[in-house]
Amino acid sequence: MGERVFMQGNEAMAESAIRAGCKLFFGYPITPSSEVPEYYAKVMRERPEENIMFIQGETETSVFNMIAGAVAAGHRAMTATSGPGFSLGQEAMSYMSAASLPAVIVEVMRPGPADGEILAAQGDYFQATRGGGHGDYNNLVLAPYSVQELCELMQESFDLAEKYHNPVVLLSDAMLAKLRESVELPGYVENEPKPEEKWRTLTGADGRDPHIITTCGRGAIQWERFNLDLQEKFRKIAENEVRYETYNLEDADIVLVAFGCFSRVCISAMKMAREEGMKVGMIRPISLWPFPEEAFRGLDGKKFLVCELNAGQMVQDVKLSVDNKNDVTFYGRLGGQVPTPKEILGEIRKLR
Amino acid sequence: MRAVKTIYQRPVVFTDEITTYCGGCGHGIINKIIAELIDEMELRDKGVICWPIGCSCLSDLYYKMDQIMCLHGRAPAVATGMKRANPKEFVLVYQGDGDMVSEGMAEIMHAAIRSEKFSIIFVNNAIYGMTGGQMAPTTLLGQHASTAPYGRRIDSSGYPVQMAELMATMPGVIYSERVAVNSPQRILQAKKAIKKAFQLQLEGKGLSFVEVLSMCPTGWSTAPVKALDWVDQKMIPIYPLGVKKDVSEGETVQNEEQELEVRSL
Repeated sequence: MGERVFMQGNEAMAESAIRAGCKLFFGYPITPSSEVPEYYAKVMRERPEENIMFIQGETETSVFNMIAGAVAAGHRAMTATSGPGFSLGQEAMSYMSAASLPAVIVEVMRPGPADGEILAAQGDYFQATRGGGHGDYNNLVLAPYSVQELCELMQESFDLAEKYHNPVVLLSDAMLAKLRESVELPGYVENEPKPEEKWRTLTGADGRDPHIITTCGRGAIQWERFNLDLQEKFRKIAENEVRYETYNLEDADIVLVAFGCFSRVCISAMKMAREEGMKVGMIRPISLWPFPEEAFRGLDGKKFLVCELNAGQMVQDVKLSVDNKNDVTFYGRLGGQVPTPKEILGEIRKLR
Repeated sequence: MRAVKTIYQRPVVFTDEITTYCGGCGHGIINKIIAELIDEMELRDKGVICWPIGCSCLSDLYYKMDQIMCLHGRAPAVATGMKRANPKEFVLVYQGDGDMVSEGMAEIMHAAIRSEKFSIIFVNNAIYGMTGGQMAPTTLLGQHASTAPYGRRIDSSGYPVQMAELMATMPGVIYSERVAVNSPQRILQAKKAIKKAFQLQLEGKGLSFVEVLSMCPTGWSTAPVKALDWVDQKMIPIYPLGVKKDVSEGETVQNEEQELEVRSL
């Protein structure tokens, strides 16, 4: 671990990425993610010895494809964007998943649809966890709830992307991005393998067989085989990368379910409810895909209150994970409205 | 005994794969020029070809070297990431007219704006080939296509795009030439132009661009021999051949000293 600092989410995350060996940043400015490209642009000039390259692309469409090229060449590369930009990147997300390219994308959510607002929201849950582009594929989606966790998952995202050769989406939001809090910055990652030592990188076929990356189907038989191999990749991710935290589940009658920044509000609400004598616990999914279904096992008979800053997206995964979906209640707010713990407490009381 | 000298052979970088191109198509000729130059200039071991979407998207089957198939129009963006990550790599971008001029106009223009240091071969046959003969931005006025069944009209589709001239206006482009592959002499000239583009990339000078007028007898609903004449009679008047820009003799396009120190107000 590195030094303890008081730092903004976006900037601390950018510094963590640099320390993870991500020297290439391709970006397009969009609120609330713009501090990340700005940080890279600054550091590129101020710390020349670190050999950092920042390119401001013409569109997110282009930026995501630049990442495809950079990771295909065996280097760590990333971007940070928000809803509308993430939408533009979707054709490349589908492509990079199919082409097994280890891209890392930070999605700093803001309220949509369309241009929307620039406040905190969680409306891109479906887009991130259901693939988001065309075809049968999945992104590995991680949702931190603090600047500390944001920095740690930022670094781990590169390892995970390279382990499974699949895009990883780090799902942040306007609140985490702008939040300044005390954080112990992760240290520099050492001994990262050289590009030519990594799997199937395009470094020139010097003394080896050619590496060819294509997502062009060559008939139904070949293409079904290709897709089955992809599904095998997703199955492995689903098997190994489920992450979540649970709080006070042992005696709980009511279980809150929340992810990302909003889970902090829910944790406060849980504590207030406990002070009132209500037995309330909580599940905080960290990996949104794969969704932590296992966290809901053995909890039959409890009531679930799913809280999201959207019109009800993760609640569908919760309903698929519990024994009786009638036990699941949803509370959500839209447009950048973030309820206080007291408001959540009010919703908990209704379930008593 | 007399020594035996090889005066011609199949390019070593080629696989034994048979191409999927139609009879009379120009892609095969251009693919062969590339293969010959990769052999002659010894580019295989440090080179990557970025293929587009279109008739040439299966071309990775034909070469024994590192290759990547990019999405429609995005090859210059993929090549940007690749070349920036690994500047020593030789990166060749190959695109058709539908891919580059329609879907990927932003990517090609901004690669030129940033003066990316790779080479681009742009195959212009004035039609969408693989998709089945639809109108391209390079389709000639009056030319028939499946989405312009009575010929391309200005009121709905505007004018054919002259990419070689357009690229020549960009400060980041160091070399832009238009060639054709409809006769043996022209094929030799095309090879010369492409060789120069490759050479300039190796010297790290800036973006080098070669537009190749090519035949698509299937898309044009024309016999292959007539398609050769069609390039002369119809295409070249709109797309004149020749060097549109060559500033390769200077230092580099990007001259740090020329960058203005502009402080924010």
